[in-house]
Amino acid sequence: MDRIPAIELKNITKTFGKIVANHNVSLSVNRGEILAILGENGSGKTTLMNMISGIYFPDSGHILIDGEEVVIKSPKDSFDYGVGMIHQHFKLVDVLSAAENIVLGLKGKYNLKEASAEVSRIASQYGFEIDPAKKIYEMSVSEKQTVEIIKVLYRGADILILDEPTAVLTPQETSKLFAILRRMRDDGKAIVIITHKLHEVLSLSDRVAVLRKGEYICTLETKDATEASLTEAMVGKKVALNIDRAEPKDPEDRLVIKDLDCVNREGAKVLDDVTFTARSGEILGIAGIAGSGQRELLEAIAGLQHVQSGEIVYNDPKTGKVENLRDKTPMQIRQLGVRLSFVPEDRLGMGLVGNMDIIDNMMLRSYRKGKSAFLQRKEPRDLANEIIKSLEVVTPSASTPVRRLSGGNVQKVLVGREIASTPTVLMAAYPVRGLDINSSYMIYNLLNQQKENGVAVIFVGEDLDVLLELCDRILVIGSGKVTGLVNARTATKEEIGLLMTKSSAENEEGGANNE
Amino acid sequence: MNKTAAAKEKKTREPLFHIVKKSGIVWWKAWLIRIAAVIAALMVVAVITLVMTGQNPLEMYKAMLDGAVGNSTRTWNLLQDTALLLLVALAVTPAFKMRFWNIGAQGQVLAGVLATTACLRYFTDKLPTPLLFVVMILCAILAGAVWAVIPSIFKAYLNTNETLFTLMMNYIAINLVAFFCFRWSKNSGNDVIGLINRKSKVGWLPEIGGNKFLLIVLTVAVLTVVSFIYLKYSKHGYELSVVGESENTARYIGINVKSVVIRTVILSGAICGLAGFLLVSGVHHTMTTEVEGGRGFTAIIVSWMAHFNPFYMILTSFLIVFMEKGAIQVASSKNLQLDDNFSSIVIGIIILFIIGCEFFINYKIKFKSKNKEEEALKQ
Repeated sequence: MDRIPAIELKNITKTFGKIVANHNVSLSVNRGEILAILGENGSGKTTLMNMISGIYFPDSGHILIDGEEVVIKSPKDSFDYGVGMIHQHFKLVDVLSAAENIVLGLKGKYNLKEASAEVSRIASQYGFEIDPAKKIYEMSVSEKQTVEIIKVLYRGADILILDEPTAVLTPQETSKLFAILRRMRDDGKAIVIITHKLHEVLSLSDRVAVLRKGEYICTLETKDATEASLTEAMVGKKVALNIDRAEPKDPEDRLVIKDLDCVNREGAKVLDDVTFTARSGEILGIAGIAGSGQRELLEAIAGLQHVQSGEIVYNDPKTGKVENLRDKTPMQIRQLGVRLSFVPEDRLGMGLVGNMDIIDNMMLRSYRKGKSAFLQRKEPRDLANEIIKSLEVVTPSASTPVRRLSGGNVQKVLVGREIASTPTVLMAAYPVRGLDINSSYMIYNLLNQQKENGVAVIFVGEDLDVLLELCDRILVIGSGKVTGLVNARTATKEEIGLLMTKSSAENEEGGANNE
Repeated sequence: MNKTAAAKEKKTREPLFHIVKKSGIVWWKAWLIRIAAVIAALMVVAVITLVMTGQNPLEMYKAMLDGAVGNSTRTWNLLQDTALLLLVALAVTPAFKMRFWNIGAQGQVLAGVLATTACLRYFTDKLPTPLLFVVMILCAILAGAVWAVIPSIFKAYLNTNETLFTLMMNYIAINLVAFFCFRWSKNSGNDVIGLINRKSKVGWLPEIGGNKFLLIVLTVAVLTVVSFIYLKYSKHGYELSVVGESENTARYIGINVKSVVIRTVILSGAICGLAGFLLVSGVHHTMTTEVEGGRGFTAIIVSWMAHFNPFYMILTSFLIVFMEKGAIQVASSKNLQLDDNFSSIVIGIIILFIIGCEFFINYKIKFKSKNKEEEALKQ
């Protein structure tokens, strides 16, 4: 093709500290085309698009729009070039109407009547359904998304970037959106859609570019691609990490989850009939696209998430008693003698208090000990010093606020504290996210030690290589449902990748094949 | 393309400087910055005084000093008012540390005032004096606590906005006090209650060694130490800090957030109630809508400026009362032709400098030009 691409990226690199988000990425999108950008979580899709929309600025590389090199320093610059991005999290003012949100921030005369007419015209051109006078807070998620899309069209965007637009939509809404996107493509607009759902890529896009761990892998013509070839490109060949893995010793059922159902605040089902067993002396991995219900699952077990139906059964190794933890608060769970440790995903927002020092953070788990109304800081101080020493935490002192520590050291403090309470169940959500290699291996070793001590370890991870080498079994979840349970010693990356990207409709048959 | 060219030009524009958060500062450097801020404020005020009014700024500072500590009565007055302001600041601090924006200290103090006055009116003849004091103190504390607990329950269970709620409770309290001023006034209808038990002085806070200010100062001094210990060394204090810093963390470790919120706000209101008791029994011996004297709001500044540390609050409350007392003297001094509006300007400038200097303690300013020079050197 000798057309000039609408956007061309050449050797784009972006790093955040030591983390490389994008490395030498080059790709292009033409007018009258839908390009899908496919990749796992953390593969750098959103970062890359944020550089086109002016939220980040690339460290190196060039962006060309219509063949001319451009510098995009702010979302305003991006608008000036006709680029419009629809973010995953909507940026709308709740109390204003659709039309008011659309004209918000625009220069020129403020004429709501004309704006509403223009909005209606755009809507009818592409087949949107929208009421310009409706307030945002009265709208469904899909209506809000419509407002976001019309907002960028109203501003004259002819290059549209949509960041996981279907994540929040029902299947019917999704097919409606796809029809609109096709109409826009036929109208000559360039459309980029970020996704990790294979069937969407196959049904919607003309070409697909694949990213993996920040690297550009390839661009395929969609008509030549299959689910298998895309999965392989997305997850890549297996990389040997040399993480030690011992055979589980006398595994016993420690935590039995049966038919767990949860809904989130918006009323959407986030966990759907989840059933599995975590055994002592074993690391159970949980794999899945981010936001498939991992957080809710762990929080439900920890007593932080309301459960609609189902059971969370704990078998006490000492007393042999069987306890149902469902509908119990974290305090009640502890009072039952259940030693449940939890390293949450949000380290500083949930696991620790950023403004408190290491000693006071150690105390979070233990401060209630004793009848005295006053705090006992000696034990926490000793524990803090011990953790600093044994886990090589880099900190000026034990009285440094944890928010001043680097990500890896924050995590060492948190994991160290959770392990110090000699748990029988240890849950860790993305414990190595953002950590450098050395800190990551230290965390793997700690988890392995716990496993050898007979702890039932639940490890929610995103890196399939790590999951395959660290865990004994891997539970795969997709959209809140269990889509498979595989033996980590024999499973392949492709197998897990396919299970992760299964849509809910395919689950039934897919699950059956997998048994 | 036109727009391309326009955007290209933009890229050369870089900001002159940018602001960087400091990762920490030695304590004595922080204090050096604060002292420098006070000196700078005094100099700015001096210049403004000279330019705007033509008065001698040194005269004005002398008048301020005279007003605050000019003689022993003034000094004791200064100490007493510092103690009262400090007490209200101690009251709001636990709630603020928990990020519960209680701006209803005014109402809670007035609830205590009303309760104390009611006790004085109805129980003076019925109860022996020691018992009367016990009843007054308990009623005042209870009234303050009730006034605070209402918004806190709504906050804990319905997540209402506590700022608006406590503010509205202020208006209710003010009007209740106004209503009872009218009901209990000596000559019905003129809204003046007058000194209660003027002759017998029953229910008036006793003097210690002939000094009527000392008991208040000592009470508050003890409460300051208790507050410090409560916030720093008690399990309750620890829990309320965790709730304030991160409710998610609090829930994660099993703290019952609702009960901590309600418990802490009750404590806040109770101390306000006690302040109300001291104002009536120890200072005014009567009730008007003015007895609270704006302390409920000033206390917020005192508490924030001291970073919620009770010992620092001694300093900040002293500073504010010192300036208020000084300003009154400046306004009334015959040598100076300045009125109280100008005194307010002076106070405003000094406080602005003191609060503003926190910026330089937490952030530093990096100038771009330096980087450019460095780049030039590299090349």
